[in-house]
Amino acid sequence: MKSTLKMKVDSNVTGFKVFTIGQFRFERCEYFAYIYWPLGSHMMPVDAFLRATMRDIAWGFFYGTVNFDDVIGTINHYGTVDLFAGTLNAEYKAGGKDYLETFPSDVLMKLLVDIQNDWTNAAFDPFAAPQETGAAWGRKNGSNTKAISRKRQTAKRMIGVPGDTETRTDANGYPVNRAFLDVDQSSPQVVEEPGFENRIHAFNLFAFLSRSDVTWNPSVVSVIRQSLLCPTTEEFILPIEHGNDRVEWFLQISDEIFWEIKDGKTGKIRANVVMKPGDVCCMPADIRHRGLSPKRSMLIVWENGSPEIMEMVKAGTVPRVGVEF
Amino acid sequence: MSAQYTTSFSSIDSYEKGGVQIIDDDLKNFVFSNIYEVAATHKPYERIVVGKNLDYTLEAVRAEGTSPWYACAHDEFVIAMDHNVEVHFMELGDTSKIDDEQDGSFKLTAQPLGKKIGMVTLSRGHMAMLPEKTAYQFRAAKPSTLLLQTILGQESLERWTEICLK
Repeated sequence: MKSTLKMKVDSNVTGFKVFTIGQFRFERCEYFAYIYWPLGSHMMPVDAFLRATMRDIAWGFFYGTVNFDDVIGTINHYGTVDLFAGTLNAEYKAGGKDYLETFPSDVLMKLLVDIQNDWTNAAFDPFAAPQETGAAWGRKNGSNTKAISRKRQTAKRMIGVPGDTETRTDANGYPVNRAFLDVDQSSPQVVEEPGFENRIHAFNLFAFLSRSDVTWNPSVVSVIRQSLLCPTTEEFILPIEHGNDRVEWFLQISDEIFWEIKDGKTGKIRANVVMKPGDVCCMPADIRHRGLSPKRSMLIVWENGSPEIMEMVKAGTVPRVGVEF
Repeated sequence: MSAQYTTSFSSIDSYEKGGVQIIDDDLKNFVFSNIYEVAATHKPYERIVVGKNLDYTLEAVRAEGTSPWYACAHDEFVIAMDHNVEVHFMELGDTSKIDDEQDGSFKLTAQPLGKKIGMVTLSRGHMAMLPEKTAYQFRAAKPSTLLLQTILGQESLERWTEICLK
């Protein structure tokens, strides 16, 4: 008897479009996203799928691997991107059911944006914490273009410097988040000597973070060449497992985050990390990590965006750990 | 009624470290430290590297009393992580001390010859730019924690064995 793993999804009933790229096919029903490839198929809760792909879009495929879950994800080669199924899953790999195709970055990005636009219902905000959004479920019901087209704030030198990215205020649409109502909103006291106006630049970083309207989506607040200070606010679960292709440093500012650390290639668990305020931790370059934040917290993600590192990644010479001692 | 939340911060006077549970890895790979512990256990204005990515660094500093004057060929940034710290700025006057090829800050041997630019008082969470080729000095009435974003230089101290879990 012939068997098939194809589930029945009637897009005429759900109202959601079907998308294809290469040999991959994407469908959604009221609760799930379905991903098909020549050797298999996979289902994800559609809220998890939309939250994951939203980060991949917002981060421009980020550094290295973005695992949507333990089967599906993307690997950034900075110009081209792999879309894979089971490639970084030990069992799929051993069973020969893994599959990978490489696409120009802009082509795959367009696909993800198109899916996001069509599959996100009006009430759902994939950037928001679960308590701050309506449900993703159900048949097609409008869209939420405003939520999914947010651009992360990226300073060229420092937030608040004239001509650079402005800080967040009530007036420009960033009220203090419900979880940070107790965070001091004062501004630094600046005294400038006559003739030296606008020479001193300072702002309230913690207040800036308290007004973030998204979770797990770092901004860039200060830049020294390619040293990027990328603080962010985190709540509930990082919607992807990030597989670094270079080391990545975290500094916890407030509250707590639990990090699951798995092997980058196999997904095998390697460590658990609890970070409390002031803790600094380096994620090695050969792992994947996922954070869990019980209360909305503030975290500095510190990245090195040097082209030199991209070349080292391609050459396989990038350091695996931040410091050897 | 909506839920009430209390945001948890720490300070040089009161902090609790998290940690790493190793299952199949090496604890040292995580280079795990705590900036408040570093500030609490080091001398004023020692710049202890707590994060390093090639030559870029994050450095924890115990601010206490008045620091030497510093300058740097490139921008640096500082965040007050607990208590109030003043940052005073002056023109260098003598720019021959700046070597564009030298990364990281350096101490000036005396007060700069240039004019006063001004000062900023940073409270917890406030961030300031330490602009390139400008002299700056920290002043703190009580022990405080600063976080610097900079590049490895002659003032940077790497004490990984001392500060990290192992």
